[in-house]
Amino acid sequence: MNRIRPLEARKASPLLVSLSAVVLGIIAGCVFILLIGKNPFDGFEKILFGALSSRRRIGNTLGMSTQLILIGLSVSFAFKTGLFNIGASGQMLVGGIAGSILAYYLPMDMPRVIYIPVIVIAAAAAGGIWGFISGLLKAKFNVHEVVSTIMLNWIAYWMVYDFIPRFIIDPTISVKSKPIPLEHTLRAEWLREATGFSTLNYGFFIAIIMTVAVWFILKKTTLGFSLKAVGSNRFCAEYAGIKVSSSIMISMAIAGALSGLAGLTYYCGYSEIMEMGKMPNEGFDGIAVALLGNCSPAGSFFAAIFFGILKMGRGSLAATGIPTEIADTIIATVIYFTATNVLLSAFWNGRFQRSFEKKEEAVSYALKAAGDMRCASDLSRKEFDELAKKGRKLMKEVR
Amino acid sequence: MESWSVVSSIIPSAIAYTMPILMGALGGLYSERSGVTNLCIEGLMLFGCFSSAATIVKLQAIPGFSYTLAIVIGIVAAMAASTLLSLLHAFASINLKSNQVISGTAINMLSTAVSLFLAQTITGSGNITIVRGVIRSDIPLLSHIPVIGRLFFSRTYWTTWICLALWGISWFLLYRTSFGLRLRACGEHPSAVASAGVNVHRMRYIGVMASGLLSGLGGACILVTYAGEYNAGSGINGLGFLAIAALIFGQWKPLGILGSTFFFGLCMTIANMGKVFPVFQSIPAGYLGMFPYAATLIALILSSRKSAAPLASGEPF
Repeated sequence: MNRIRPLEARKASPLLVSLSAVVLGIIAGCVFILLIGKNPFDGFEKILFGALSSRRRIGNTLGMSTQLILIGLSVSFAFKTGLFNIGASGQMLVGGIAGSILAYYLPMDMPRVIYIPVIVIAAAAAGGIWGFISGLLKAKFNVHEVVSTIMLNWIAYWMVYDFIPRFIIDPTISVKSKPIPLEHTLRAEWLREATGFSTLNYGFFIAIIMTVAVWFILKKTTLGFSLKAVGSNRFCAEYAGIKVSSSIMISMAIAGALSGLAGLTYYCGYSEIMEMGKMPNEGFDGIAVALLGNCSPAGSFFAAIFFGILKMGRGSLAATGIPTEIADTIIATVIYFTATNVLLSAFWNGRFQRSFEKKEEAVSYALKAAGDMRCASDLSRKEFDELAKKGRKLMKEVR
Repeated sequence: MESWSVVSSIIPSAIAYTMPILMGALGGLYSERSGVTNLCIEGLMLFGCFSSAATIVKLQAIPGFSYTLAIVIGIVAAMAASTLLSLLHAFASINLKSNQVISGTAINMLSTAVSLFLAQTITGSGNITIVRGVIRSDIPLLSHIPVIGRLFFSRTYWTTWICLALWGISWFLLYRTSFGLRLRACGEHPSAVASAGVNVHRMRYIGVMASGLLSGLGGACILVTYAGEYNAGSGINGLGFLAIAALIFGQWKPLGILGSTFFFGLCMTIANMGKVFPVFQSIPAGYLGMFPYAATLIALILSSRKSAAPLASGEPF
């Protein structure tokens, strides 16, 4: 009996809380669909059909999830340092415009092995600078990052509004940039053929690499450790000799770079044009991804695919007469429930506690029946479970 | 005299642009002074804008129904709807003690999604355009005062005067009554207030609900004064976040936020009407659009360092 801790009830895991939030979000979606007098099962069937029913649709769903994964990672990364990056939209825009301008001006005969790293680095750098500005303002001037990133979103919005006509305008449609030729996007011929010409592109692999990289930085490096230390208690971290203000700036710069990459995959892979006067919603969906994924890299990855399914599948809702915004409503409800995770974990902890107490009762009954003098708290988990089963059977027989 | 004509056309618009931001910032003031960080002003204002648009459109479609009465009912509906929405934030941040920044963001997203969803079911396109907004009118006597009359009292919206009255009432309530003292104390030292026998949770609920009420009014003002439509695409263009910035720039004080919101209103006017004036015509549209947000950032850099934020704002109790 080498147990150190006494047996106690199970605690709600983050995964369970996230899954409950998803279930509640879907229930809320059903309620909204019922409110406008439509059939919710029909709606969800159409969403799944639209997202997963063919190779092409699955490819499109993954193509959509690509930017959500990257933004989810961006928000999670900043969150680990105690920063809330809601400027992903702006960082996406600057990353996207940097990539688009380069795609337009770099020579067409440049080999892909050189071209792709160049635009990837450019987009990450542009987004990184955008994130770094918020970090600098937070560290040096105490400007709350939520307000500064929102302002930077709008500054990026108007900057793109100015840059598109200046550098990459499509003269026939004067509100959009000229489509980037296929060889200069992140799309690849073999990927397109394998998935029935979907939007799936090299960006998805960038997203996978970044998921691993973020996990590695956070778990295995000193940098990750000090960033997390600042996030959990900045005063304690400062006392331990970690430079808080440079940690804030580095964290925001990396978060910005990840969102910049998301912009690249969105504007030069998923789509091949940029529009004037359009704020990408994906920046805000990424917050939901990060929160639902409990701010862990793997969590963000799977949460992004879930939201990708919702966002791609809603296109097929038109036939049912349900507005496509139902997907955003579900996403927003999911975040509200993740934000109020206290409620959900209290609910599950309460349930676990009650079932544990019942088990305990059964165990002591079984012990008493067997004339065993040991106490329920002295048992190992295995014995405990066995005796609980036995005790429950005995109690039933007596009744 | 060209500059005079520019000024005399900018100032009245600037006042119209100021009022929604002022209401949002004043709402934020109540909430933050009571100790709840409120980043969902944007969502609350947007929801107010949408609910008033939906109500007014339905009422103005009834033949013979007074347009003005429809507007009044629309504004009240907006205030009620946003107050209800703010309860969600209050519940999450006061009772559940969850992260107030995340809860605020969730409310923002929820408000955008739900209002778009409902707008789609109401009109099909998602944009709701009302038949007629508030008609501008001159204030008798006062509008004849030279210079000031032209700038401040002619062609005004009546909603402007309601907003200003609410600002005055709020100042009195927060700084001249025991209720205000308690509310502000909840944002500084909640445990001290609690030991004096005041229900901190109730005061904070009042603070958050007041922010819902005022932000709803602000959102309705956008609709019935200069916008005239609820736009599904652009929403309210981040005005709610400008209001939060104005609150910080105004150092969480009523007079301060009056000044800072007027400054942002002026910036918004220049951004939106810039093309009309020959003075600004050489500036590209992108730079004009960027101007209010860049000005806000600079204002924040200047004012945030010696920030006088309520001590316990964002701290669950």
